[in-house]
Amino acid sequence: MTEHRNSRETQRPQPGEEGRQWLDPPGFYGWLTTVDHKRIGRRYIVTAFLFFACAGLMALTMRLQLARPNGHLVGPDFYNQLFSTHGSIMMFLFAVPVMQAMGVYLVPLQVGARNIAFSRLNAFSYWMFAFGGIMILTVFALNTGPEAGWFSYVPLAGPQYSAGKRQDFWAQMITFTEAASLIVAIELIVTAFKLRAPGMTLNRVPLFVWAQVVTSFMVLFAMPSVMLASSFLMSDRLVSTQFFNPAEGGDALLWQHLFWFFGHPEVYIIFVPALGIISAIIGTFARRPPFGYLALVLSLVVTAFLAFGLWVHHMFATGLPPLGMSFFTAASILIAIPTGVQIFCWIATLATGGRLEIRTPLLFVIGFFFIFIIGGLTGVMLASASLDSQLHDNYFVVAHLHYVLIGGAVFPLFGGVYYWFPKMTGRMLSELAGKWNFWLFFIGFNMTFFPMHILGLDGMTRRIYTYDAASGWGNLNLLATVGAIIIGLSVVVFFANVLVSMRSGARAAPDPWGGKTLEWATQSPPEPCNFPRIPVVESRYPLAEPELAYVTGLPTQFRAMLVTRLHDAAPDHVTADPYPTIWPLLSALATTVFFIGTVFTPWGLVWGPVPVAIALTCWFWPKAKEVEIQRRVEIKPQAARPAPVLRAGATP
Amino acid sequence: MTPSRASAGRVLDLSGLATYAYGNRSLMWWGTLGLILIESTVFALGVVTYLYLRERTAEWPPHQQLPSLLYGTVNLIIMILSGIPNQWTKRAAEQEDRRKVQVGLLICLIFAAAFLVIRGFEFGALHTAWNDSAYGSIVFALLLLHTVHLATDFYDSAVLTVLMITGPISGKRFVDVSENAFYWWFVVASWVVIYATVYIVPRLT
Amino acid sequence: MMGRLSNARFRWLAVGCALLAPPGCSSNHAAMNPAGPRARSIAELMLGFVSVSTVVYLIVSAVLVWAIARRRRAGTSDDWLQRGSSEQSNVRSRQVISWATALTVLILLTLALCDYFVMHGLSSRPTDSLRILVTGHQYWWEVEYDDPDPSRRVRTANELHIPVGKPVELVLTSQDVIHSMWMPNLSGKKDLIPGHQNTEVLLADRPGTFSGQCAEFCGLQHAKMRLMVYAEPPKQFAAWKQAQLQDARNPSNDIQRHGLEVFESSTCILCHTIQGTQAAATVAPDLTHLASRTTIAAGALPNTQSNLASWILAPHRFKPGVQMPATQLQPDDLAALAAYLASLK
Repeated sequence: MTEHRNSRETQRPQPGEEGRQWLDPPGFYGWLTTVDHKRIGRRYIVTAFLFFACAGLMALTMRLQLARPNGHLVGPDFYNQLFSTHGSIMMFLFAVPVMQAMGVYLVPLQVGARNIAFSRLNAFSYWMFAFGGIMILTVFALNTGPEAGWFSYVPLAGPQYSAGKRQDFWAQMITFTEAASLIVAIELIVTAFKLRAPGMTLNRVPLFVWAQVVTSFMVLFAMPSVMLASSFLMSDRLVSTQFFNPAEGGDALLWQHLFWFFGHPEVYIIFVPALGIISAIIGTFARRPPFGYLALVLSLVVTAFLAFGLWVHHMFATGLPPLGMSFFTAASILIAIPTGVQIFCWIATLATGGRLEIRTPLLFVIGFFFIFIIGGLTGVMLASASLDSQLHDNYFVVAHLHYVLIGGAVFPLFGGVYYWFPKMTGRMLSELAGKWNFWLFFIGFNMTFFPMHILGLDGMTRRIYTYDAASGWGNLNLLATVGAIIIGLSVVVFFANVLVSMRSGARAAPDPWGGKTLEWATQSPPEPCNFPRIPVVESRYPLAEPELAYVTGLPTQFRAMLVTRLHDAAPDHVTADPYPTIWPLLSALATTVFFIGTVFTPWGLVWGPVPVAIALTCWFWPKAKEVEIQRRVEIKPQAARPAPVLRAGATP
Repeated sequence: MTPSRASAGRVLDLSGLATYAYGNRSLMWWGTLGLILIESTVFALGVVTYLYLRERTAEWPPHQQLPSLLYGTVNLIIMILSGIPNQWTKRAAEQEDRRKVQVGLLICLIFAAAFLVIRGFEFGALHTAWNDSAYGSIVFALLLLHTVHLATDFYDSAVLTVLMITGPISGKRFVDVSENAFYWWFVVASWVVIYATVYIVPRLT
Repeated sequence: MMGRLSNARFRWLAVGCALLAPPGCSSNHAAMNPAGPRARSIAELMLGFVSVSTVVYLIVSAVLVWAIARRRRAGTSDDWLQRGSSEQSNVRSRQVISWATALTVLILLTLALCDYFVMHGLSSRPTDSLRILVTGHQYWWEVEYDDPDPSRRVRTANELHIPVGKPVELVLTSQDVIHSMWMPNLSGKKDLIPGHQNTEVLLADRPGTFSGQCAEFCGLQHAKMRLMVYAEPPKQFAAWKQAQLQDARNPSNDIQRHGLEVFESSTCILCHTIQGTQAAATVAPDLTHLASRTTIAAGALPNTQSNLASWILAPHRFKPGVQMPATQLQPDDLAALAAYLASLK
């Protein structure tokens, strides 16, 4: 790949007047109080990967236990905690947060904004996520980890059959992580809607941003369901409500409906951002705009809508009426169509672009195709209610879910990390290590999970801590374990690559890959305010234009952010982004005490909110000095001069 | 922006733009809308849960008296009436009349306090306990959910009231007051739905 | 006719699945080794879906490889090719993608339709079926053969005997948490849900022994909750049923008599039933014909006298978390008890 025409930046220029406003306080206090979406996005990604590593070790332990019949590495109780915690961490503390974190980092940059909307809430959401994760890892280490699977079916997870606080901690971890996700979703939507650079009409919004916006809407409508369900579960366990108790009018299936109404969109919440990453990487590496912009965007939207109409396919074995099952079969099969359209568009892009250099980001995207498509096809099989009756709840489904989640989300994620690492850190990751990372992962993954299709067809059910030799499952399980070890090696290579490259990787130019979206117009890493001069966008790929116009006249007495109109990104007004503050962290601590308190006593619901309210009030209360400055330069809406009209004649 | 990108050429001078704005021009409006979408989903799922459980039960409420209509209906009336001071305060905020806003917010607070008190009586007049049956559980859950919204709305209106009195005030505080009214309407509208579910639905044959 | 047709289809099916999934295709717990028409219709549908999927995968992979290989050879060094919408390559792409999408829709609709027909066949309720009530427990299967005459209801645990060629309707529920019954050779799975009653039909068209595990995570010993199904020729089934309806065999020697005394004076009778004795509790498996079963503890141990003794003494050694408590007995009492239980054919 040729380096971009610009010379390499070896020294970051001193921030100008605009830049000075955006500096964080120095040192550890700055780290605690920052509201810079880039610093928060990076720590979100790092933390999510740490959780990924923990959950990966749990998976490795399970694979070692299952490698031979009648394994004695772990007993049933610990094994149950292992698979429950592995699944819960991967879904709630890794997959969704890391995808949202990529959005937190990249969406403001790609739309030409100086920060994410509601930047203090962004900080708060990170702490909530981190504290929730620390809580669940701590209780796991204390033998009080979740034990009823990542989807925690009742009555098993209810007060009668799950003693102690294990499932209460699980339910509260949901509250932590879903609150964080919901907050980030609102931020991303508002950023993409209202903080776009002037001229970035909806038709010019990058595909990655579209994917993040669509995902965020899914989050808004799906997460409340699991929050409601987990609250019902906690109250059944803590104060004897009867939501799920059939003896008192409750219903075990109510849990499943509420959970899967969230649970199915959840997997698309994980998958759709990855589709955005793929569009970004393919566009750059194929040296042409991704083919079929409108089709790609519409496919994302259609996928999101359909995702809410499929949840019953997780319940095909529960004895539902056949007509209902046929409906959900049809819907579950149809959702393959928009995904298929996207795959066709990407293949067309690759086939009609310029010269392809297969560097690590593209390698992972290619890996996506080969792995995810298998998962998609087994998904079509599982969508069929008749086939599902044989395939449900055994290793076939375990194979399917890993093919779609790892193939469909984790591979693109790794590609995205290799792609944007230079932007985020100013260093390139090693290509050689990247290739080792990829091939170990690809081979190890298929070795681990392909045999599981066969195991499932041969009757091996899910969530069993052992099996006997007469079953004949021993050899394929051994193969899967070897594969899992290889995956572990690939992850070690990845972490090593990251750690070494951060210190001594080649320094990155602003645009090492030749990308054409706005993040590549900033430094590597970008300065605190991203764009000291906000660009004016006149096409879908601004860096393909010979020159960029830019905005002047924004106030420099506060952290000025430009708010534009939703439909045409015409400049509307200026708003003040908040300064760094400790209150998001303190509020998150207060909320953590509140949430963990309610695990132990219902009085937590009464007293817990008090410190939270105090912290939030201090957070909100304006500082006299800042208000004074804002008042001095205040321009009231009625006194504002209308914004100048943008130059006509721009093409997408 | 790197030097070679920034040309000496075309610029867009935005020095006359306002430093805050009302309604759907403001980020707060969109944030509030996001919150309303989330909470509406929670309420909708709660109502669906109520109907689901009712569908599976022969007698609804099971072996229980119907919740008494009095306090709930009183609250319904108070809440709908609260729209008046709410709207008045919103308009005062958009006119940036600090005095009027202080008065309006105080009146809204009185309404909020009133329905919190009456909500307390409502809980007592449900004729069921949360641990009696799934019916009791969902009725309590719906009412509790709404009460949480009432309480948070009361609290943040109170904070805004104090702020409006003590200062420091800048233009965008008036935007916050205006958006608070937006959220208040959601609390009222959601009560109409919850009221219908808890008090009217069990009275239908 | 069904026999001849199904034999031909079965051969084709066996070849197909031998090609696609060699290991584990012939076991007594394999979905692709159907022993009845219901499982067979699912297995055929499976083969259809797998074949279509394989072809689709190969085609898409080939096109992808072609696209990559093609662009790697292309020599242009253009930095960024802005493609207009009317450019030839874009027009061609649009055509190809439109056809590919149309073909995808057609294939998916066809698959959905195939599923609909299989589902329709599976959901028909046979009228002349043998009804068996199966209740799930942590971690065993309670089985009761339904009959209008209560004295003709066979009660057993962890295994079903069914006559070949006659549909069996299972009525499924649970006493505690959700379980799931799955006999891959005979049918798809169906959940056992407390507060609900589900039905599933089993129909074997050849004799055999089939094995299935609980398929919904139900707690600590979910892994060791096996159900055995014995499909027998109708005469053999009738004989088995007749034998099961008898009261328990009387002890035939002193040791066994002592064993019965131990049984009736220990905690055993708090949970178990032995028809014809004082023991009539229904919390745990019915032991009247315990010795006619091949395994104990839902498949955890082969049914031998010494295993019985070890199990009684310390069930948690074999199934930690099982509901049955350890029973402290003197060695000769234990041996007598085991001998008595081993005589309950």
